[in-house]
Amino acid sequence: MRALRRSGLELVAVVLAVVIFVVPFSFMVLTAVKDEVQSAELDFGWPTSWPVVQNLIEVIEARDYVLLRAFLNSTILTVAAVALLVVFCSMAGFVLQRRAGRMRSVVNFLVLSGLIIPPAIVPTIWVLQTLGLFKTLPGLILVEVAFHMSYSVLLYRAFVSAVPRELDEAAMIDGCTGFKLFFKVIFPLLRPVTITVILTTSVAVFNDFVNPLYFLPGDENATVQLTLYNFQSQYSTQWNLLFMDIVLITIPPLLAFIFFNRKIVSGMTAGAVKG
Amino acid sequence: MTSSKPGTVTSSEPPTVAAGRRAPARKGKGGRGNPYPYLFYVPAGIVYTVVFLVPTVMAFYFSMTRWTLFDSTFVGLENFTDFFAEQNLRIGFQNTLIYAVTTSALKVVLGMALGVVLTSRLKMRGLLRSVVFFPVLVSTVAVGITFSVLLKPDTGLVNKALALVGISGPDWLGDANTALLSVALVDVWKGVGLATVIYIAGMMSIPRDYYQAVAVDGGSSWHRFRYVTLPLSWPATNSVIILSFIGGLRSFDLIWTMTRGGPGFTSDVIASIIYKQYQAGFFGLSTAGNVILFVVVTALVVPLTRFLSAREVSA
Repeated sequence: MRALRRSGLELVAVVLAVVIFVVPFSFMVLTAVKDEVQSAELDFGWPTSWPVVQNLIEVIEARDYVLLRAFLNSTILTVAAVALLVVFCSMAGFVLQRRAGRMRSVVNFLVLSGLIIPPAIVPTIWVLQTLGLFKTLPGLILVEVAFHMSYSVLLYRAFVSAVPRELDEAAMIDGCTGFKLFFKVIFPLLRPVTITVILTTSVAVFNDFVNPLYFLPGDENATVQLTLYNFQSQYSTQWNLLFMDIVLITIPPLLAFIFFNRKIVSGMTAGAVKG
Repeated sequence: MTSSKPGTVTSSEPPTVAAGRRAPARKGKGGRGNPYPYLFYVPAGIVYTVVFLVPTVMAFYFSMTRWTLFDSTFVGLENFTDFFAEQNLRIGFQNTLIYAVTTSALKVVLGMALGVVLTSRLKMRGLLRSVVFFPVLVSTVAVGITFSVLLKPDTGLVNKALALVGISGPDWLGDANTALLSVALVDVWKGVGLATVIYIAGMMSIPRDYYQAVAVDGGSSWHRFRYVTLPLSWPATNSVIILSFIGGLRSFDLIWTMTRGGPGFTSDVIASIIYKQYQAGFFGLSTAGNVILFVVVTALVVPLTRFLSAREVSA
């Protein structure tokens, strides 16, 4: 009887989860592979024809291959921002955990402020404009680095505290201090947290919509999220193409999720609990 | 005045996060330089200062100006009085609070419920966890577009499904009464996975002994939840509230892709007003919105953090 009730409950939970969480995704994929006429019905019907390749080609060719350029821009943005975040934040997190003093409380304060304070948009544009970086990819890269810094520093600081100090001391006896100590001895040991930082921040940067919207407007250097946003108004009748675009943009995070599910989840919960 | 407020966060934080060892920084060989040079702060510090700190501080000045990016005229508090005098702008202030409270309350309740279900001995636990978590990783724009289609008044799947059981659903995003809440529900759909995994992590760390003790006393599953799971997952609740509250106050992308603040201005939040004023070229007013958001966030989040961590100690 109890077992029966248990499996009944299980069934209800599974069915509910499927309806609520899987139906929207199936809808995306189904609409993406329909032809234009059927996709306009926006229902859950099975596709009558499967112009998958044709839809794909049309989306990619749209507006002079803007999507390909957007993927290139988003890749450069994500790789560069994440690389800088890893180097800068591991260094800062290391010293922050190891070296006590007044500086530490100042830095801790700044890190927490970075987590809480919403960025001031127009003044940031003003600063970038002054530096000649407004509407440029390097400018947006710096913005992403600055806005994801607190989270990454916190993750690194927490992980460094699990690296025994005796190791530093042994290295120092061999004459390693400063840069040598960090990059030769400590940084290789931080690999697990580095992978976590890479995964979580690259998903965040790739999916970011607000900052490209403000700091990198214009078609020629749009990111994938911006093209999707612009397609929304352009393809108001070609739903199959709009949803094909959505599917294409969802693939990179899906791959990250399939291969590194555990790492991502642990990184996000650690960030949440520590922050 | 404003910079002293976040300071209270730091003072309440060190016990949990900054409990580094107090060993004195040792001199390197021959007393030359510290093995942990402050130089390591420099690259991060430059980017943070230039791109985040300077704009944040300058925002206070520019919010009191009429501003074209190239020159600015000081107008005192005019932007702020405008902000609160105009009905369309004031509503954004209310909506921001409604949105943040609704989303974080629902994320706490549903995240905890899902956490309980997904830590029980379900066979399909792994799969369900993945299914619930995946939306967290999907782009907000994609989620926004998909749900604005699903929520369409006549053709949308949601209303078609409701019609099957005899309910005629409203025009979710086109009706001033439901627009903001509909977006909030989609926000919960997208974000509850993160709350759930935080709860799962918290619940997994509860020692088994407590549950055994309840079983020995003949307690039901309700007792297990009420007297063990609920109080001992307080740290998880704490982080879920803080995270989703900050996120809710700052949220922009979902609202913008689903309603653009409409119909009219009824689902505008502070962040979308900042964008609208920026687009319209009112940079000073836009920045005033930013300063208001800053004040709202710090004035609510800092006391909330203190209150929650005080409860955590006593719980």
